[in-house]
Amino acid sequence: MFPLGVIDYLIGGIIIGLGVSLIYIVTGLHATVSSFFSTTFSFFSTKPSFQKKGYLESREWRITFVVGIVVGAFIYSMLSSQNGFFITSVQWWRLALGGFLVGFGTRLSQGCTSGHGISGIASLSSTSFYAVITFISIAIIVAKIVQFFGMIP
Amino acid sequence: MKIRHLSIFIGGLLFGYGLAISGMAKQEIVLSFLQLRDLGLLLVIGSAALVSGLTINLIPKIIKKSLLGKNFRRRERILNKKTILGAIIFGVGWGISGQCPGSALASLGIGNLPILIGILSIFIGAYVMEIFFGKT
Repeated sequence: MFPLGVIDYLIGGIIIGLGVSLIYIVTGLHATVSSFFSTTFSFFSTKPSFQKKGYLESREWRITFVVGIVVGAFIYSMLSSQNGFFITSVQWWRLALGGFLVGFGTRLSQGCTSGHGISGIASLSSTSFYAVITFISIAIIVAKIVQFFGMIP
Repeated sequence: MKIRHLSIFIGGLLFGYGLAISGMAKQEIVLSFLQLRDLGLLLVIGSAALVSGLTINLIPKIIKKSLLGKNFRRRERILNKKTILGAIIFGVGWGISGQCPGSALASLGIGNLPILIGILSIFIGAYVMEIFFGKT
């Protein structure tokens, strides 16, 4: 079940939870990711879809949060004793097609792995519970199909 | 304002560091969960949700407002067809590529330059959703 052990998974999850907690205690905000991919367009597009009050109010802190995520992961790689840097071998077309569906789906669902999976579950939201069960189940089925057709990884 | 952004930045650092140390910034490790070879992802989400859940449910009993004076509220969304249809579409994309919004960004931090294709595609997917199906 856990060929790489459980320690890094648990430590990582706890640190993620501490980040979410810090932001909640100081600001009252739920630190979630996927909205960033919509709210950032409000700087460039005058379309009403992007000029919503909630988007305009949150677009700046979401950028701050995302820059923190990228830098935080970079710090991990810098401090890592082995080579902490990484290049995926997932094919570019899978990143492109999968990415499009991830962007479309998370915004339609109003949440992603962080929004529904962490903050939503932590808020004991039944909506998020159903969303998480759905996206994990579907992703397992699709990943198994991808594996079945001999795609590596 | 400065304290607000500083705390959000530090929270982001922890979030990204946690994603990196847990391996979730590597699409290969996410796919090893989705192909049911390593169940570690459940431990990551579970422990992150547990720590966040303790904070979200207990802290408002101790202090009335956030340190910067905002009201605490739970993250609630109304369940409708879009929630589930969106989760299905997200699940398909996740299963194809092993990337989700947070892990894709953390992946950039660990030097995974090909993930820029994924991040750009997430932006395009979000744009198309908002333009054609987003409520204004």
